[in-house]
Amino acid sequence: MKIGVVTFPGTLDDRDAARAVRYAGGIAVALWHNDADLHGVDAVILPGGFSYGDYLRCGAISRFSPVMEPIIDAANGGMPLLGICNGFQVLAEAHLIPGALTRNHELHFLCRDQKLTIENTDTAWTSSFTQGQEILIPLKNGEGAYMCDDETLAMLEGEGRIIARYVGENPNGSRNLIAGITNERGNVVGLMPHPEHAIDSLTGPSADGLGFFTSVLKALVK
Amino acid sequence: MSLDTVAIAKANPDTTQPFAELGLKPDEYASIKEILGRRPTSSELAMYSVMWSEHCSYKSSKVHLKQFGEKAVKTDALLVGIGENAGVVDVGQGYAVTFKIESHNHPSFIEPYQGAATGVGGIVRDILTMGARPIAVMDPLRFGPADAADTRRVLPGIIAGVGGYGNCLGLPNIGGEVVFDEAYLGNPLVNALCVGVMKHSDIKLAKAAGAGNLVVLYGAKTGGDGIGGVSVLASETFESKGPAKRPAVQVGDPFVEKVLIECSLEIFAEDLVVGIQDLGGAGLSCATSELASGGSGGMKVQLDKVPLRDPSLSPEEILMSESQERMCAIVEPSKIARFLEICEKWDVTVTVIGEVTDGNHLEITWNGELIVDVPPRTVAHDGPVYNRPLAKPAYIDLAAKEILNLPMPVTPDEIKATVLKLAATPNLADKSWVTDQYDRYVQGNSIQAQPDDSGMVRIDEKTHLGVAIATDANANWSYLNPYEGAKLALAEAARNIATAGAKPLAVTNCLNFGSPEDPGVMWQFAESVRGLADGCLEMGLPVTGGNVSFYNQTGAVAILPTPVIGVLGVIDDVRTRTPMSFNRAGLELYLLGETENDLAGSEWAYMHGQRGGVAPVADLQREMRLIDLLVAGRTKKIFTAAHDLSQGGLSATLTEMVLRYNVGATIELENVGISLLSETPGRVVVAVESAQVSALEKEAAQQKIALTRIGVTGGDSLTINGAVIALPELRKAHTDTFPKLFG
Repeated sequence: MKIGVVTFPGTLDDRDAARAVRYAGGIAVALWHNDADLHGVDAVILPGGFSYGDYLRCGAISRFSPVMEPIIDAANGGMPLLGICNGFQVLAEAHLIPGALTRNHELHFLCRDQKLTIENTDTAWTSSFTQGQEILIPLKNGEGAYMCDDETLAMLEGEGRIIARYVGENPNGSRNLIAGITNERGNVVGLMPHPEHAIDSLTGPSADGLGFFTSVLKALVK
Repeated sequence: MSLDTVAIAKANPDTTQPFAELGLKPDEYASIKEILGRRPTSSELAMYSVMWSEHCSYKSSKVHLKQFGEKAVKTDALLVGIGENAGVVDVGQGYAVTFKIESHNHPSFIEPYQGAATGVGGIVRDILTMGARPIAVMDPLRFGPADAADTRRVLPGIIAGVGGYGNCLGLPNIGGEVVFDEAYLGNPLVNALCVGVMKHSDIKLAKAAGAGNLVVLYGAKTGGDGIGGVSVLASETFESKGPAKRPAVQVGDPFVEKVLIECSLEIFAEDLVVGIQDLGGAGLSCATSELASGGSGGMKVQLDKVPLRDPSLSPEEILMSESQERMCAIVEPSKIARFLEICEKWDVTVTVIGEVTDGNHLEITWNGELIVDVPPRTVAHDGPVYNRPLAKPAYIDLAAKEILNLPMPVTPDEIKATVLKLAATPNLADKSWVTDQYDRYVQGNSIQAQPDDSGMVRIDEKTHLGVAIATDANANWSYLNPYEGAKLALAEAARNIATAGAKPLAVTNCLNFGSPEDPGVMWQFAESVRGLADGCLEMGLPVTGGNVSFYNQTGAVAILPTPVIGVLGVIDDVRTRTPMSFNRAGLELYLLGETENDLAGSEWAYMHGQRGGVAPVADLQREMRLIDLLVAGRTKKIFTAAHDLSQGGLSATLTEMVLRYNVGATIELENVGISLLSETPGRVVVAVESAQVSALEKEAAQQKIALTRIGVTGGDSLTINGAVIALPELRKAHTDTFPKLFG
């Protein structure tokens, strides 16, 4: 199975995401922001970083990259798409998922090992986990506070579209401790913490993050 | 202002020139005239003023620094030595590692965020320039008292700047130091280290060889920021009055640098450059003169071709600008098309500004008029050299006679209070508030970062080869005895590599001192360099490069002599490293090394306002045997954990160990006060399984290292001679300090 990993100017975690795909048993394919061709990939990851320096708004410029057109079309057609951190911000700017990510409530960049609970195992990216499973993966961002209006929040809660929540103290001021959400169909997932940095306890706090990548490979086989 | 050309300079030899305002002394100005056989043009004067500044020319330090060459150990590990942008070391398996540390002290005081950010940016470009992919950064920092108003101004900005720039570049920050002392109140120290990795064949040098090759400027456009940064900022003492110096601080754009890194690595991979130099201190003046004198000898540059952010800049300003994120490459004409193509792919601005020539002339024109015609070597390398007067300061002997009078804990209540007090004092308190603002995970190869003894990164995913780096300085000891202080800092950095089981390989340094025009400061500097050179020779470690930062002084008051020493080590398999702490009960705890009454210069003495006494004397032979023991302990799988003792002595080490994985320990000590508080160098706490005790005893005996059993791991408290300190209470003391101080 081929998983595309997009590099925008300023993307940082592309090689990490590609490594995570390989660890999970998939084939990682590098996709370039300026090339509107998905090269036959079965799923796409928008990795973390500071695309276009986070100028204007995080993800606001990347969202208009040539590669985003076929990605948006494919995602609307059901292709699995994961946005991590800056990728989550791109998904929000592209309106593939509702809401927005804003400045952390303490106004600092924050990098720490973060406990999450997995709250929805029916998406393309979370089926390897068990409902309510607690995992430990790095969180690192300056603008990770998930915000949306009350109506959207009620909808996300009501439809079980919050896929992961922070455990314990709210690290960034996200509404309802939201760490990740999915679209209605369950193929598009936005996640603020970094599973690609937790694929091996040698270099991360755990190997818990690998589940996101094995999930999509399983989903694609079906 | 009208254009000053070579022709005008010849025709009007007596024009008055503002050399003093540019930081040049009358005799330096006279020797420029002698070199050129005429007065310099205003552009030439600008170039000489920045390149002959203390920061660029090392004019006060050169006579001392040459010891690093004279006393150098013979080693095959050193692939590129002092003089290039950064030294390069062979770490095996075909890999070469380059690392260097630099200061950005003065800009960070004036403008904390940008000063610190561009400090990171500059050192990263130095590493990139060698042909290496930057893989990690570290930042030793020093501030005034933690509760001082100005520390609250500079510290949050500096931390945010280091993080803001490094995080955006995608470089893990794997360690550093945060130290507080009133000596740094008007002169905080921001040192930045970067390490990069490449294959041996990829090493690039700063030379412009081959007449007819093109001089290519790429990266950010040139603006009016950082003009005279090296001369008016970094090479002068701060005075309370005088004009604002903020315009001399550069402004960074990490996004541009990230793109520049990727673009450059793609260019290097296709072998498209003959030579390369980044534009840092002294900007184009430095890059053109260094490249030319490193290569064929001559260069022609059309300065009006330089892309500008501000079209009103004069040629002098363009030559002096320290705008960030710029590189200068020498490219063969046959390869320029591909070079331009890669720049276009990354949306990087690129301009051919000149060509390499034979001969000995660096000729710069402005719209066709010759405004610079100088022998490039005279700008880059033949600056003034000063053998400045030095004199042992009077305080040295007075301090040595001081008798310390410090409270020593005896009862369980006193022991508990002492351990808690040390755990909470800003110099020893948990630094997560700082390090959590840095990305330590990006690139996916970080094995160790703060609060470990050293930072460690994997450089090969298949063989698990890795490198470890630590930086250390003990300014309190350097103040009492600069010679021993430098050796002790070297020993500590090497030990911090070795506790994880890595083998020390090479040394870099950042020497932070007051004004070289003060004979007392110059003596501190000379003694420190002598100590470091002797220490490196004795330990068999090459010095690969470094940086000198003088004029860290406000009025007549200099900072403490602060030689920050960085040691790089190699570890053949990062999976086998020895962690800094234990995660289970029932392990035996041993202290390696003997404890003497070494309270002079200790954190406990500092906390009681006492700076006097006699600093410890470095025993580098013993340090080397201890290093061998630590490496053997890893390879023979004897150790479960190992952690260095330094500031705060055994008390601080035990605090850090029990809190790391929340597993307590029960400790029994003789002479408990000295045991907990003394900072005798050359000591490490190790945790071993009971079954490994005899192996430990054998190794320690073989290396003639004293071995003392001090306790056992387990429980939910740190218990010392009956003083029970519950881990939550200890954790609260350790972790509350920074959030309380800085929010």
